[in-house]
Amino acid sequence: MSTLMTDPTAGDAAPAHTLAPPPPGGRLSTLYWGTRDTWTVTKRNLRHYVRQPRLLVFSTIQPVMFVVLFSFVFGGIAGDALPEGMTYIAFLLPGLFIHSAAFRSVQTAVGLAEDLERGVVDRFRSLPMSRSAVLAGRTLADLVRSLSVLLLMIVVGYAIGFRFTEGLLSALGAVAIVGLFGYLMSWLFTYLALLVPGAEAAQTAGFVLIFPLVFASSVFVPPETMPAWMAAFASASPLTHAADAARALSIGGEVAGPVLRTLAWSTGLLAVVIPLSVRRYRRIT
Amino acid sequence: MPSPPAVQVTDVRKRFGDTDALAGVRLEVAEGEVVGLLGPNGAGKTTLVRVLATLLPPDGGTARIFGLDVARQAPEVRRTIGLTGQYAAVDELLTGRENLRMFGELFHLSGRQARRRADELLERFDLGHAADRAARTYSGGMRRRLDLASSLLVRPRLLFLDEPTTGLDPRSRNAIWDVTRELVAEGTTLLLTTQYLEEADQLADRIAVIDHGTIIAEGTGDDLKDRVGGQVVDIALAVAEDAITACELVAHAEPTDDPRRIRVPVDADDALGALSRVSGALSAAGIPVRDVGLRRPTLDEVFLELTGAAGGAGGAADIPPHDSDDGATVEVERPPHGTDEDHRRQEVA
Repeated sequence: MSTLMTDPTAGDAAPAHTLAPPPPGGRLSTLYWGTRDTWTVTKRNLRHYVRQPRLLVFSTIQPVMFVVLFSFVFGGIAGDALPEGMTYIAFLLPGLFIHSAAFRSVQTAVGLAEDLERGVVDRFRSLPMSRSAVLAGRTLADLVRSLSVLLLMIVVGYAIGFRFTEGLLSALGAVAIVGLFGYLMSWLFTYLALLVPGAEAAQTAGFVLIFPLVFASSVFVPPETMPAWMAAFASASPLTHAADAARALSIGGEVAGPVLRTLAWSTGLLAVVIPLSVRRYRRIT
Repeated sequence: MPSPPAVQVTDVRKRFGDTDALAGVRLEVAEGEVVGLLGPNGAGKTTLVRVLATLLPPDGGTARIFGLDVARQAPEVRRTIGLTGQYAAVDELLTGRENLRMFGELFHLSGRQARRRADELLERFDLGHAADRAARTYSGGMRRRLDLASSLLVRPRLLFLDEPTTGLDPRSRNAIWDVTRELVAEGTTLLLTTQYLEEADQLADRIAVIDHGTIIAEGTGDDLKDRVGGQVVDIALAVAEDAITACELVAHAEPTDDPRRIRVPVDADDALGALSRVSGALSAAGIPVRDVGLRRPTLDEVFLELTGAAGGAGGAADIPPHDSDDGATVEVERPPHGTDEDHRRQEVA
């Protein structure tokens, strides 16, 4: 009996129910517990990735396949549209970083939707934990995954002729821009998953949104080669800014414009979508 | 100042579409008390627990846990409660140990405390051998034990057990009951929902019967039996073949699942008289009897009478069978008071 209810935080004399943590004392304590809860949920989600072969395949083999297939299949015809001397893999790989980050964010929505369908979120919600930690832990784990897949894509890219030409700092800048963009996409899809119930709905809605956005952008080809109306759309697309920023930091070109636009889009949208998602999560049951 | 009750529910309402899941529930649970919330599927049990556990805001009325309003003081409420749901709310992909450590950390134990507590609970709940296997490989009973352990990382002042043994085999059910009794012995207040009368009778100090979103009766098992009134004459025949004859001979006699047993609902005020008349009739007809006894109705019989499910196949279908002799509960249609005696006189005499 004593083992059942051993008091983990206080002496035996203390009433056992005083074990519950003290009420949050101010902002600092809220921030501390919020960060710790987020880390706990992040660890949980990262464990999920390595234990779900389906997700592992999706996250690793597919991006590698895209790098290899796209560069070899379209490399021959895409060369004509590129600036003199630029190989397609040099143009393509930074775009594929964005492509891959965008599509992986659909997995954020699917993972969250699956959680919501399971009983475990009910338990999370009955615990005295930070309410935003379920969402923050989900997007943070996806960021970790996103960056590891990015690394893998770079390795494969190097094997087939890609090189960062702008130095280490710029290369790290490219990784940071892709990470930020992927993080934004994860939060957007978090909100989507909270709006449409069900993992399949989240997946469908995700792909319907992501496909046109990714293809009508500078991810695969320069927008100038597209019909005028689509080029206009593509030039304005945040995906184009992100791809251009990653590309300029990787292989050269105008850096400041696309990077600033990507930073503005990402921070601006994050400032809106994070509070919206947290509010929505609190309200849904 | 007297401390507020553990649970105080006043006129709580909750609608889902056109359905009143809770239609003005009133319920009070004192600290240290064990209350069984008994009702058929769809009666509103789980909805009420979800409201009390801050998972669902009520549409109307107020619900307080130790004086804290569940709608306005949800974070404070969550520090005092533990919830074990109808469906084991554990992480399927994590191991048992990882589950408990994670929930411990989310209860804001330190990493070391969470690890120690996880190990203790794994031992206590007999999950040590499976601690490092993914919860998805667990049997139903193991999963439910892990789920219950997850609500006990920090000892709750008030524990909600929402149908804790639904779908479990008797051995797993007994294991859950044992742990529950230990918790109660240590002073944990418990609100237990169940559709199994035996469970309510075994564990609860007091039973609240809920049907169609309202509490229709409340009291100890004995109170409820008194409320319905009546007694039952239980007869064990020596030979099963006599059952049909005996049922024809004695008014209102009913067969049971046991082919050698029949029973006769009788009026409580004349229970002894009825017993002797029934025995006399059987003896006069030369039917050998192994045992005759007078008993109070079971809670199953009371429950069916209260919820009006008795006798109607549709009503009975709302209550899934909980053990082998549950089929017997459909037959409790007791004769109305006053008239049964006349009938009996005519036929027994």
